[in-house]
Amino acid sequence: MLQSIDWSLVDWSRAQFALTAMYHWLFVPLTLGITWILAIMETIYVKTGDPEWKRLTKFWMKLFGINFAIGVATGIILEFEFGTNWSNYSWFVGDIFGAPLAVEGIMAFFMESTFIAIMFFGWNKVSKKFHLASTWLTAIGANLSALWILVANAWMQSPVGTQFNPDTARNEMTNFFDVLFSPVAVNKFLHTIGSGFVLAAIFIIGISAWFLLKKRESRLAFRSITIAAILGLLASVHLVLTGDGSAKRVAEVQPMKLAAMEGLYDGKEGAGLVGFGILAAKEKREAETGEEFIFKFEMPKVLSWMAYGDANHFVAGVNDFKNGNPERGILSIPEKMQRGGIARQALDDYKRAKASGDTARADSLKGLFSDPEFLENNFKYFGYGFHDDVNYFIPHVPITFYSFHIMVILGFGFVLYFLIFLFFASRGELQKRKFWLRLAPWVIPLPYIASQAGWVVAELGRQPWTIQDLLPTVAAVTRIDSGSVIVTFILFALTFTVLAIAEVKIMLSAIKTGPKNEGGTR
Amino acid sequence: MEEVVKKSVFKRVWNFYWEGFRNMSKWGKSLWIIILIKLFIFFVIIKFLFMPNFLNRNFNSDEERSRHVMEELTR
Repeated sequence: MLQSIDWSLVDWSRAQFALTAMYHWLFVPLTLGITWILAIMETIYVKTGDPEWKRLTKFWMKLFGINFAIGVATGIILEFEFGTNWSNYSWFVGDIFGAPLAVEGIMAFFMESTFIAIMFFGWNKVSKKFHLASTWLTAIGANLSALWILVANAWMQSPVGTQFNPDTARNEMTNFFDVLFSPVAVNKFLHTIGSGFVLAAIFIIGISAWFLLKKRESRLAFRSITIAAILGLLASVHLVLTGDGSAKRVAEVQPMKLAAMEGLYDGKEGAGLVGFGILAAKEKREAETGEEFIFKFEMPKVLSWMAYGDANHFVAGVNDFKNGNPERGILSIPEKMQRGGIARQALDDYKRAKASGDTARADSLKGLFSDPEFLENNFKYFGYGFHDDVNYFIPHVPITFYSFHIMVILGFGFVLYFLIFLFFASRGELQKRKFWLRLAPWVIPLPYIASQAGWVVAELGRQPWTIQDLLPTVAAVTRIDSGSVIVTFILFALTFTVLAIAEVKIMLSAIKTGPKNEGGTR
Repeated sequence: MEEVVKKSVFKRVWNFYWEGFRNMSKWGKSLWIIILIKLFIFFVIIKFLFMPNFLNRNFNSDEERSRHVMEELTR
């Protein structure tokens, strides 16, 4: 495998996927979050009959429409990439990816296309209640679409409910509900939906604050800020709780990622949680002090308690996984490489036995792939058999650490931010708080940064795996010319940049126009 | 009678969309132009010229595809 691989092909394929996923994620979270807020605003309109709520709903619906139109179908590029650049991966995952994505496609098409049309075209044409139901169903449809994508992603982080078929070289689903309700999937979905809610709330507060500063649409802005601050506060607290749940799942199924997130090289009992810190350079850490940080603010024992519910629990570090820790029952990477190599060899032997017509040997080897002992001791580490460098199996610690801490710090900051706006709104002081009103539009990029940082942690923190412990990127990639990947990388970068600029320009124009053209008649 | 009702529902849905698109605001029309250009770029230019499905293009059956991936996984 390694002798003939073009490493620039692997790197460019990864870079391309990262680029398109990150651009796609610029558009998605606002759609996920703002649809719920629209549904709540319209519910208030239907309940109260106050036309101002209708005007307000229509204004935010217009901004949602812009974001939806620019962002729609950007995710399809990722599916193209699976087929072109990651064909081994696409085949190996089998129906695990196909089933959720097919359900997602059907849901996205039928629910979103039908009910979004009613949302935009149906004012004054369908009854108030039918229109409201369409708005709610758009929110539910958009979020259910996300569910299936996140279920597929969660399976890559924690492959459950499947069995590998050595005849087809594919994984086959043995239990759909194990895949759908895996704890990783459930937490990932709740956390992601929460992040969309928070982003949408901050987006609404930022734009409403600008209206207040310009002394335009004060009533609309006040109502929007109040609703967004209440929902944003609830969502940001939910985000903290589901973030804690996600970290517990990471500790369970991806402990190397947890170590990277915390910059923990040497495991310890009663490990502290690093609030923030500056990591020591690798050379300095290895050659001089052995210290992991130049500076850190740490809460003693909190990491052990949060990850395992026991303040004195042992939390393994990067070196425990690299070199092994027999005392704690942790296998070293070389041991896993050996075990994974045996699994790969068994697959190769099976392939040869089948080809040579040696059915007795083929049957015996095939049996290994359903033997619980072989699955637990060898196939579980299948992916480690693809590389002979221990360091290949260690994620980039600084990027994972800083991304994680940026996300967490911003996440807690958002709780405070919503509290402040809610406090001012409840006292009717929003107009007077010029500093906060001026700050609010500049806060809009922060939840985007937090959201992107979260995905960096999720995906870079699990490198080199496309499927945890089973398939590394080096084995997942299609052997095509790296030049063609570079060309499409540039093409995607240009296309998505044009789309992002178009989004910002059209959005700014719609905001400047304001809701003056949005009819508010009953 | 049932056919009349069905046609009427179909016609009403058609009219709903037709009226919606016809009376769309200027910004709505601009967005649709962006969507159509984007879909053309994605599905015609990118998909067909740059991003073919590697296994579908190079192999004729699932058996050949699985044999290829098996080779990749064991080489």
